[in-house]
Amino acid sequence: MKKLKRFVCIRASAGVAFACFTLNGFAVDYTTIDLSKSKINFTTKLMGSNLKGEFGKFSGNVVFNPDQPEKAKVNLMIDIASFSAGGEELQEEAKGKDWFNTKIFPVANFVSDSVKVIGIDKLEIHGLLTIKGKTVPITAQATHQRFGNDLVFDASLKLLRLQYALGEGTWGDPSTVSNEVPVNVHLVLNKK
Amino acid sequence: MNEERYHPIAILIHWLMAGVILVTWSIATVISDMPLSPTRITGYSWHKWLGVTILFLVIMRMLWRGFYPPPKFTIVMPLWQKRVMQLTHISLYILMITLPLVGWLMSSAKGFSVNYFGLFELPDLVEKNKELGIFLKETHEILANILVGLVLIHVFAALKHQLIDKDGLLSRMAFTQSKKERSL
Repeated sequence: MKKLKRFVCIRASAGVAFACFTLNGFAVDYTTIDLSKSKINFTTKLMGSNLKGEFGKFSGNVVFNPDQPEKAKVNLMIDIASFSAGGEELQEEAKGKDWFNTKIFPVANFVSDSVKVIGIDKLEIHGLLTIKGKTVPITAQATHQRFGNDLVFDASLKLLRLQYALGEGTWGDPSTVSNEVPVNVHLVLNKK
Repeated sequence: MNEERYHPIAILIHWLMAGVILVTWSIATVISDMPLSPTRITGYSWHKWLGVTILFLVIMRMLWRGFYPPPKFTIVMPLWQKRVMQLTHISLYILMITLPLVGWLMSSAKGFSVNYFGLFELPDLVEKNKELGIFLKETHEILANILVGLVLIHVFAALKHQLIDKDGLLSRMAFTQSKKERSL
């Protein structure tokens, strides 16, 4: 009986707290990334031909309030070994020394620095992207949109692979593998 | 114009395709066992660009053949040889169409888009699918081997007519008339 009482109490207090938030009109921050619905995709060009790929595993922390987007904070940790594009041979090559060198640099990360509002639901995110131990400031264009309890966040950026020493040696020629790599980050956030 | 020869455009496309097919096949033969490298990517790109060219040329050739049918066949040969010749020609046409198409499908299934000389992108024909990719790769190789066999039959038959039978068959597909024709 005692146990049940306490349970009810906790529930009640949680309910009160929630009611307080909504009554006072505090927009609740979106703080959780729904990893099952979120995606990181990229497109590279081999001799002018598009090759699409993705990083299947990543995690991160985010604080996003749609009413105060300029206060948003994002950091993402990408498991480089979850690279997927082309066939097995290409995947193995990508993990190798000339490319991501996943043995020594298993994780890439992005940390946001500042966020600027550039239009209705449109943001410009400045931050530092570290891949293969090299940190380069980048700017991403992003949009955000509410879908029920979720907030869908889409950011796109163009990174230059050679700035991160991706593709060393004979791979350096950008006419075979393009230097510019468009990346799309699709995050589904919820409040939990 | 001599009626025993193919139309000059048909002759041009025939020899152009012979050259392009030889180069396309040679590239694949050289690079298929290479480890992944920029050279191999460059090679495969050329292989695909030329493969798409073959598909385009064979379509033009068949259209041309529709408007300008081949000259009447007047050379005497046993019926079985004639049948083998027809079967070889029909099979060559089928392969010139299906080989590039299977290659294109295979590329799509393996997740690589095909473009044309870096100028424009061709649509992906199927979604990325590993098993389908492996199946199409094997099909592409089998068809290529059949094509090699048929080309060899085609070339040896032409040489036999030219060197042994000396019946002037080759002049039907030659850029210049044979001596025999000129003397007529």
